[in-house]
Amino acid sequence: MEFFRIRRDIPFMRHALVFNVISMLTFLAAVFFLATRGLHFSIEFTGGNVIEVAYAKSADVPKIRSTVEAMNLGDVLVQNFGSSRDVMIRVPVRADVKQGELTARVFAALCRAENGSVKTVEGAATTTGASSASRQVCDTASGEPLRLSRSEVVGPQVGKELAQDGAKALAFVIIGIMVYLAFRFEWKFSVAAIVANLHDVIIILGFFAFFQWEFSLSVLAAVLAVLGYSVNESVVIFDRIRESFRRYRKMNTHEVIDHAITSTISRTIITHGSTQMMVLSMLIFGGPTLHYFAIALTIGILFGIYSSVFVAAAIAMWLGVKREDLVKSPVKDHDPNDPNAGAVV
Amino acid sequence: MNRYPLWKYVILAIALLVGVIYTLPNLFGEAPAVQVSSGKATVKIDPSMATRVEEILAKAGLKPDFVQFENNSVKARFADLDAQSKAKEALTAALNPDPNDPTYIVALNLLSRSPRWLTALHALPMYLGLDLRGGVHFLMQVDMKAALTKKADSTTGDVRTLLRDKNIRHTGITRSGDGIVVRFRDQATLTAAKSLLAEQLTDFNWVESLDGADYKLAGTLKPEAIKRVQEAAITQNITTLHNRVNELGVAEPVIQQQGADRVVVQLPGVQDTAKAKDIIGRTATLEMRMVDESTEGRMAATGAGPVPFGSERYTERGGIPLIVKRQVLLTGENLTDAQPGFDGQTQEPAVHLTVDARGARIMRDVSRENIGKRMAILLFEKGKGEVVTAPVIRGELGNRFQISGQMTTAEANDTALLLRAGSLAAPMEIIEERTIGPSLGAENIDKGFHSVIYGFCAIAAFMCAYYLLFGVISTLSLAFNLLLLVALLSMLQATLTLPGIAAVALALGMAIDANVLVNERIREELRAGANPQVAINHGYERAWATILDSNVTTLIAGLALLAFGSGPVRGFAIVHCLGIMTSMFSAVMFSRGLVNLWYGRQKRLKSVSIGQVWKPGASVPAKG
Repeated sequence: MEFFRIRRDIPFMRHALVFNVISMLTFLAAVFFLATRGLHFSIEFTGGNVIEVAYAKSADVPKIRSTVEAMNLGDVLVQNFGSSRDVMIRVPVRADVKQGELTARVFAALCRAENGSVKTVEGAATTTGASSASRQVCDTASGEPLRLSRSEVVGPQVGKELAQDGAKALAFVIIGIMVYLAFRFEWKFSVAAIVANLHDVIIILGFFAFFQWEFSLSVLAAVLAVLGYSVNESVVIFDRIRESFRRYRKMNTHEVIDHAITSTISRTIITHGSTQMMVLSMLIFGGPTLHYFAIALTIGILFGIYSSVFVAAAIAMWLGVKREDLVKSPVKDHDPNDPNAGAVV
Repeated sequence: MNRYPLWKYVILAIALLVGVIYTLPNLFGEAPAVQVSSGKATVKIDPSMATRVEEILAKAGLKPDFVQFENNSVKARFADLDAQSKAKEALTAALNPDPNDPTYIVALNLLSRSPRWLTALHALPMYLGLDLRGGVHFLMQVDMKAALTKKADSTTGDVRTLLRDKNIRHTGITRSGDGIVVRFRDQATLTAAKSLLAEQLTDFNWVESLDGADYKLAGTLKPEAIKRVQEAAITQNITTLHNRVNELGVAEPVIQQQGADRVVVQLPGVQDTAKAKDIIGRTATLEMRMVDESTEGRMAATGAGPVPFGSERYTERGGIPLIVKRQVLLTGENLTDAQPGFDGQTQEPAVHLTVDARGARIMRDVSRENIGKRMAILLFEKGKGEVVTAPVIRGELGNRFQISGQMTTAEANDTALLLRAGSLAAPMEIIEERTIGPSLGAENIDKGFHSVIYGFCAIAAFMCAYYLLFGVISTLSLAFNLLLLVALLSMLQATLTLPGIAAVALALGMAIDANVLVNERIREELRAGANPQVAINHGYERAWATILDSNVTTLIAGLALLAFGSGPVRGFAIVHCLGIMTSMFSAVMFSRGLVNLWYGRQKRLKSVSIGQVWKPGASVPAKG
């Protein structure tokens, strides 16, 4: 089986301008949505409370919403999470509400709405055999209508720090990769690679802004992982460009880049396809917690292919990479195993 | 050319063996167990407790798989839940005769079902994070400013005493922020005071200045002293939290420092945040009182008479009753430090105590009048007091004194810890709180596990179909990668979280990259007309530089996450970075080893099974 039967080098660079214009437009659209809509940050960044409640029957979201809104907590978000029985309630930070007690208050209100009362069950052993000291249970005549499955309280200062740390991490990755590439290749490549991949990052963020998907810490991790991973792609192509410069002395820069991309395209597609299979598996089986993580990776991988094939090399070309940039010392160029090696001119 | 020397195979075999051994414990699952740990700060569990537990269980007719002493607790593993709950009842009844005042905590727990020889090799299963097992997570911020203010406060008193002792007259001592300001009438007294204070209170920088008619001496904490105070504050808070959390009866609480001024508290299995918060926020207090050594007191101690008026009965560590006067001489607030150490003259282990100026004055007065008598130091927890230690006063005491005699080094350490553990060094505030229900945790494990398995199968199926034998080898090396990664995580006893599992999946998805690079390179060499052995050799060698480059960039991203990430992101980053390392090893060395083993011996290799190698027709222009 062989998917890629390419007879001659595909002239990618002939259309470089078109691709760059497309990239530019997507990029600008992403920036536009980021600027106008902004990211929908999770409470990890903004601070606030998240309460996840699992109902025994299908949850009545409008009723829950009105129950919680009656508590006057500000801009509360109530939505289904995963299945129709799970409900997630998000409450923003408010100066006049004590965050620590909020979860219990909301739970009690929801419980009352189901005609139940909250009581504490002491020292109940769970089915798994591990001990659970005690827990709040909503008790009614007909059993347990709802249970608290997860809650999270984040103070406002933690959120600010997380955002700062995220920015620092991003800066660290960009600088680290640029320095490494400049050291391994040439500054032009390092600029090209980082521009191409930042363009991916901005586009991922653009998607999150456009669809108002929740931007959480794990999405941030995914974005950074994608950044490192899709630089890979550019590196593989640059590696080939360097090698082709050495091997095919008659080709011009244009042809060398085309040749490098053509000869790596099958590897690019297969590798990314495999990674995407894994990510898809996370998207399907990973449940709601990994949902946006997997989505961010998917967008990152797709645009990663696009940007390294069409954008990175093109930028390097605009920046004017030359054979002399990469093939510096003639001594290094000489391959001792090369049977055709002869006198060096 | 495609042969490995023996040592490389030996390395691979060792890696495989180690990988299998350390991965194994994760496969056995967990069995119900009962854990006995100390319920009081003053009770310490030692290995003899294991025999006692064994005896109790034998009496109750229960047969545990084993009973072991580990990390200050005794654990007994059982075959089923029924035996577990019976054992809990039996142990609770036998160890805690008074249910209202439990000496020991008997908690239900889970223990790895892996055989003992694995445990003996320190091959333990990965620790599951809260999102996988359910529980409460608190992130607490220690108010460092309060710790510094407290230090300044206690030093203010010290300054006052010092100046009075040396008869240096001042016009006022005040605390301003974290600093101290002392005022004098003239330059001469200021100079005298400065030299005295600089010599005695080395934690402060003393600067003189003129403020109107006043001569002012301002003391500020030195940077290294600030650091010391803050470190001491956080360690003391952690110790205190440990003691308090013990009461919750949680099997394996995690209390760790995070960053310079934060503490993470994780209580697996606990669902009731309100109760947990209540207990964490509770204060324990330390009191120093005189032992009632009157005739009536002694009578009461032996049980021969009633406790005299104005005295109370407490028990010493080890259960000996002691009659202590009601009058409180000092409280934990006056105690600024307690450190284990050695007696300057006898070289016996000792506990060195430091009290503040007010405490020193009281100590001096009390000790002068009571030489030869005993003073008790009591720790009050949950409203119940217990005597930590009751030493005999041997001489007049100042602000620094020691407790020594008939103590082992370990006991000195414990006592110092207990004395410091009374209260929080600085107030703490909960800034992040998370609860995860146990069923949600189990669901998360399933989800993460399924993502990895199905993703792996999909990749394996594709690789085998596309690259045939080389695909099988790639799949094997990917499996080897997974094995090494899990083994490494188990060895490090890393905490596995859902993002961590996602990172495992992602690491596998990315690790296949190296295999694809190699396989594509070999195909390309074959296409160019190289003979199979040369193609394999060149394929691996030329792909290596690319693999290295691309992994370094991914690693940079991983390290950034590790450096700046917190909580769940850190877990992701650790697995991500380790995954990159293991994938380089497995994709290059392990798969090459397999290829060499299969093809290396065949001298006249005509073809390799790497799928169809399509050669373009003569239309391709000759290159090179």
